Amino acid sequence: MLTFVIYKSILCVVVFGVSLGVAAYSTWWERKFAAFLQDRKGPSRAGPFGILQPLADGGKMFFKEEIIPNVSNKFLFVLGPSLFLLTALMTGVVIPWGKDLIIGGKAYPLQVTDINIGIIYVLGVTSVGVYGIMIGGWASNNKYSLLGAIRASSQMISYEIAMGLSIIALVITAGGTLSFREILEKQDAGISNVMYQPLGFLIFLICAFAETNRAPFDLSECETELIGGYNTEYSAFKLGAFMFAEYINMFISSAIMAGLYFGGYNFPFAHELYSAMGLQEGSVAISLIGFLVYFFKICLFISVFMWIRWTLPRFRYDQLMNLGWKVLIPLSLFNLVLTVVVEFFRGTIVF
Amino acid sequence: MQLTNRRKVVSNKEQSFAEKIYLPAIVKGMAITFSHLFKKAPTIDYPNKTRPMAPVYRGQHVLKRDENGAERCTACGMCAVACPAEAITMESGERKKGEEHLYREEKYATIYEINMLRCIFCGLCEEACPKEAIFLTDRLVDTDYERRDMVYGKDKLVEKIDQRIDVSKRQTPEVLEFKKIPGLRHNELYKKIK
Ligand code: SF4
Ligand code: SF4
Repeated sequence: MLTFVIYKSILCVVVFGVSLGVAAYSTWWERKFAAFLQDRKGPSRAGPFGILQPLADGGKMFFKEEIIPNVSNKFLFVLGPSLFLLTALMTGVVIPWGKDLIIGGKAYPLQVTDINIGIIYVLGVTSVGVYGIMIGGWASNNKYSLLGAIRASSQMISYEIAMGLSIIALVITAGGTLSFREILEKQDAGISNVMYQPLGFLIFLICAFAETNRAPFDLSECETELIGGYNTEYSAFKLGAFMFAEYINMFISSAIMAGLYFGGYNFPFAHELYSAMGLQEGSVAISLIGFLVYFFKICLFISVFMWIRWTLPRFRYDQLMNLGWKVLIPLSLFNLVLTVVVEFFRGTIVF
Repeated sequence: MQLTNRRKVVSNKEQSFAEKIYLPAIVKGMAITFSHLFKKAPTIDYPNKTRPMAPVYRGQHVLKRDENGAERCTACGMCAVACPAEAITMESGERKKGEEHLYREEKYATIYEINMLRCIFCGLCEEACPKEAIFLTDRLVDTDYERRDMVYGKDKLVEKIDQRIDVSKRQTPEVLEFKKIPGLRHNELYKKIK
């Protein structure tokens, strides 16, 4: 029991640390990558290649003046970013980061908890995250913040439907389980779900952009119209919390996409490779390789997020809503029906 | 009248299906940005590396001293007349007894100011000077926070006795030859003063 508690605590802390670390370094990579795409060099002053830039940024955030507007509701004003950051960090617990570590005959799963409704948990928690934005924008008592918050929440709510529908299609293909772990195990042979669900993946990808408020759907914080959207009034570390949470969200949604659609820690010919390298199934090395592969996939997805951001201009608000309601939802319904029909003929589902 | 052949006629035609779903255009755009990933950045890592400069680069001015260390400028005002940007102002004074080692001529500039914000670094002052007192050098003019600090006085313009500034770089044979051309404005002015 004690080892269990210690193990889980360590894992929690590690997931927490990794999320924060990845978020911090995403900001660095975002700037670097943007620079590369624009034929620039990006941050290069702090350490070699600007590696220490996130530390400098974080330090700056800490030492900035904390401003709470006089007319704002102070409790809610602080609650907003806290809630957003909290929910962003909470989603990391259901993601299996690798195969079980087997030490001394005992299996230590690289997943904080395997709830059998893991996917629904993630969807639920991320939609609670909207409250963070809504509360923050509303409590600022500033019309730009409020408009940004309204946009963010309506956008998230609209895109959640299409996202959920595309996940249902995926769950049907994956054999009716909502547990992350089982969906990942199903892709053990190296054939990832994206082969069966290309359309679903596309819908999920677009929705993920909208859910994380990333370009081209970042209208909730567009500078040109709304100054800064819901974080107009925020400064110092509360602003930092908002930004951090956004990067964590990006990290988690990359992890979800890489896991659900691209096999997570599985990769094609994994077993052949392991036996060629003379590794025992279930050894620590395999878990480690699996974790690194997963991490690599996540980094690729994060880069795709950035790639899109530095390619596409922002959508107009009505375009965004049209795309969400008139295109993505019908499309995901179609995808769902198609999946059911195909799976029925494949014999995976019976009525 | 058609100036270039890059004109495009805009039309309000209905979008085709491929245009409506955006995806082909998005993929095309992403391919373009991706191709830039492998292009070399034209950035010059400035404080560590500097761009090669032309030998005749016209930068911050210097007021020269002669070989004995006396200021060459005689406050004739030719440079100020020649200056198209009206960047130069000066006040003249008479040399006292015992100041011969400080000023070469009997009349000298007590105040000599160049407003670096007005100056366009055309080099006409250098061309105009009959005493070979003012030269443009390859030094860059530093930025500053205050406008008034950008008006350089004699303290910044006159070269230090122990730190002479080499102005020979700019005086290439071509430049020297150019300065001799009769009919150039400074030559005309010079003749008039004489
Ligand atoms: S370089 Fe040209 S603009 Fe500048 S002070 Fe000399 S004459 Fe005037
Ligand atoms: S033209 Fe030469 S000598 Fe005359 S005032 Fe200018 S710098 Fe001095």
